[in-house]
Amino acid sequence: MDTLAFLAQGFAVAVEPQHLFLALVGCALGTLIGSLPGLGPVNGVALMIPLTFNFGLAPTAALILLVSIYYGCMYGGRISSILLNIPGDEPAMMTTLDGHPMARQGLGGKALGLSGVASFVGATVATIGLTLFAPLLVGVAIQFGPAEYFALFMLAFATIGGVTSGSLSKSFIAACLGLLLGTVGLDSVSSVPRYTFGWFEIYDGIDFIVALVGLFAISECLLFLEDTRHSDKPTLKLGSALPGMRSAWQCRSTITRSSFIGFIAGVLPGAGAALGSFLSYTLEKRWLGRHGKFGQGDPRGVAAPEAGNNAAAGGALIPMLSLGIPGSGTTAILLAMLLSMNITPGPLLFEDQPEMVWGLVAALFIGNVMLLLLNIPLVGLFARVLRAPGWFLMPMVVMVAFVGIYSLSNSAFDLYMMLAFGVLGYILRKLEIPTVPVVLGLLLGGQMEYNLRRAMSISSGDWDILWSSGISVGIYAFAATLIVAGLLFNWLVKQSR
Amino acid sequence: MSILKRARHGFAAAAFLGAGLALSSPSQALPIDECIAPADPGGGWDFTCRSVGKLLRDLELVDGSVQVTNMPGGVGAVAFANVASERSDDSDLIVATSTVGMTQIAQGQYPGGADTMRWLAMLGTDVGVILVDDESEYQTLDELLDDMINEPDSLAMAGSSGAGGWDHIRALMLAKAAGMPADQISSVKWVQFDGGGPAVTQMMGGHVDVVSTDLGEIAGFIESGDVRVLAVLSEEPLPEPFEDLPTATSQGYDVTGYNWRGFYTGGDVSDDDYNAMVETLQTLYDSDEWKDVAQQNGLVPLWRGGEDFDDFVRQSIENVQEVSREIGVIE
Repeated sequence: MDTLAFLAQGFAVAVEPQHLFLALVGCALGTLIGSLPGLGPVNGVALMIPLTFNFGLAPTAALILLVSIYYGCMYGGRISSILLNIPGDEPAMMTTLDGHPMARQGLGGKALGLSGVASFVGATVATIGLTLFAPLLVGVAIQFGPAEYFALFMLAFATIGGVTSGSLSKSFIAACLGLLLGTVGLDSVSSVPRYTFGWFEIYDGIDFIVALVGLFAISECLLFLEDTRHSDKPTLKLGSALPGMRSAWQCRSTITRSSFIGFIAGVLPGAGAALGSFLSYTLEKRWLGRHGKFGQGDPRGVAAPEAGNNAAAGGALIPMLSLGIPGSGTTAILLAMLLSMNITPGPLLFEDQPEMVWGLVAALFIGNVMLLLLNIPLVGLFARVLRAPGWFLMPMVVMVAFVGIYSLSNSAFDLYMMLAFGVLGYILRKLEIPTVPVVLGLLLGGQMEYNLRRAMSISSGDWDILWSSGISVGIYAFAATLIVAGLLFNWLVKQSR
Repeated sequence: MSILKRARHGFAAAAFLGAGLALSSPSQALPIDECIAPADPGGGWDFTCRSVGKLLRDLELVDGSVQVTNMPGGVGAVAFANVASERSDDSDLIVATSTVGMTQIAQGQYPGGADTMRWLAMLGTDVGVILVDDESEYQTLDELLDDMINEPDSLAMAGSSGAGGWDHIRALMLAKAAGMPADQISSVKWVQFDGGGPAVTQMMGGHVDVVSTDLGEIAGFIESGDVRVLAVLSEEPLPEPFEDLPTATSQGYDVTGYNWRGFYTGGDVSDDDYNAMVETLQTLYDSDEWKDVAQQNGLVPLWRGGEDFDDFVRQSIENVQEVSREIGVIE
């Protein structure tokens, strides 16, 4: 009952006029940013985090604004996947398979409308699932000591392969790089500065927002400088978004199935939204393959991955909020967002800050409704953003990045740091090393280390404490199972080709 | 450059340029117009700057408003270095600090010692507490300290500072007062968490035995009855609702552990300006408004100002250095 009361309270807060207005602004802004060619949702949210802090909003209001931007960016990413065949993030990859063919047939508006409804249903199913299942994890929270937390972080890194779709070894290289960067700063146990080279600016460690904006937004601009691909824009006929609604009704069974598949995929730590959209699409294709034109613009080929992807993104909130394990690239950004607002996800979050959790859930839900409503009349306007030329967009991105980062600490040092991360991101991306695990390493590495050291302090240096409780052994076993299952899955995929 | 640093928001840099020019000439009559919070918005130092800045204005002790500048980094070291090198004679500027900053200086973590700055005043303080779980076997401070001295490695203590931080040091000052030999002090286990709240939660889960932290951080747990307070580290019993908590002094251990909140200014500020700033802060302290703000935020109003405060800071630094040497945090 508590859960429902908190959720009702969350909704009551979220529908205050100011908050509704922020949700509207956030969704519109997010959609615009997310649909900027080449910028994509992850980069877009990363860019907006520092700016949002400058509006001086109350925590709840800021959370609603950021969540709306996050959702808007995710949706905006669909626009560029469908109309331009450029997926903004990995989960959107599957949407391009049928979405872009639809757009080429002049049904871009229909595909976008359909994707809006499918996303909405998927996210709604996930929100309900989150409400039902997340509190179950809370009961064991107090049993989590440093050793158990360390096991959780091991699980997060063991499953990092699921966060990105790239090569596993490159993901691990990236994660190690992130962990390495995470050791910079004053060691909070012994107060000894590490890798600070006498710069007081990094005594508190590398600010992950600076790293985030550099790795994503700045490196994108650097890539743009050498790439002229974005300059030729196809002028596709959009058509109306309204047929999407009818089409969504025809795809209702697809959407329902995909929502559930996506949700389950999302709840598994480290499986993430990419797996959600991939599984939904492939299962649907196998299920209906003979009756459909999958790959040539079948509406169900848009509905399935979109519902699956959003349900998975919602499902991924369960391990993210209750265990601190982000399941996808965009959830990792959401984690960064929460941490930057002094909300630390973990087993105790539901107990310590229930109003925050359920406020977030309500905000997610409202953002969804808002997007659905915005989507129908304004899809033409959003699509027009895609035609904005890169020579105009990229300087804007650089400007927003500089202003945003400078306003965080009034320090030119952070600007140099951001540029350094931009160059690092550029090099990594040229090497096809994913950048999300770098941020994850930076985000989670510090706590992983401190929990290990806390455990060591308690046991006077006896390593046995790490596997002395049932919870930690269970977590390690689960991590091992996931790794083996992942390898097996890859092997099966290879065999079937 | 110093004008630009006044700008809180990148957006507003241009707008502040004009204002900054107007404000940068020292004014004798109305001293304070900027407060540096050496941390991100939202923390304790930020609160100190914002609440005092607002009150200075409300009480019309300053001309116009007091600008709060956040300068995070190095647990205050960035702001310390900046003031020492660029604004040591700026008599319009105050910088928020606390016991945490003092401990950093004592352990050589700042680029300079207490002499680098002029110490203005403390306006209020949080009080250290020693807690155990409500189901713990320890009923009194004596029982806890006995065990600690007889079997130093049997207990795990936790708090929100690192080893050698203030939470750790004030707990060890108690152990010293109870007669623990100096060579054993370093064998008491210390576990650092990100705040008093997480430390208490871990204690309730049975992962650590004792918590040493500030009362303000964990007052909720005391009210809910989840923890037992063995000692508060103040000279006098606390005001309501904590008047029943036993002090260490009343149990025969002459140890206090305040976490005061106060200010310093640059080392080259003239005596006249320094005295004027101390006077302004004392007027603020004497107001009812400050008492209200302090109490609402879990602070006990407590005044030490001018030379008196300067001596207090130096003495505290010596005490911290002594304990730090014994536990091997500094050479």
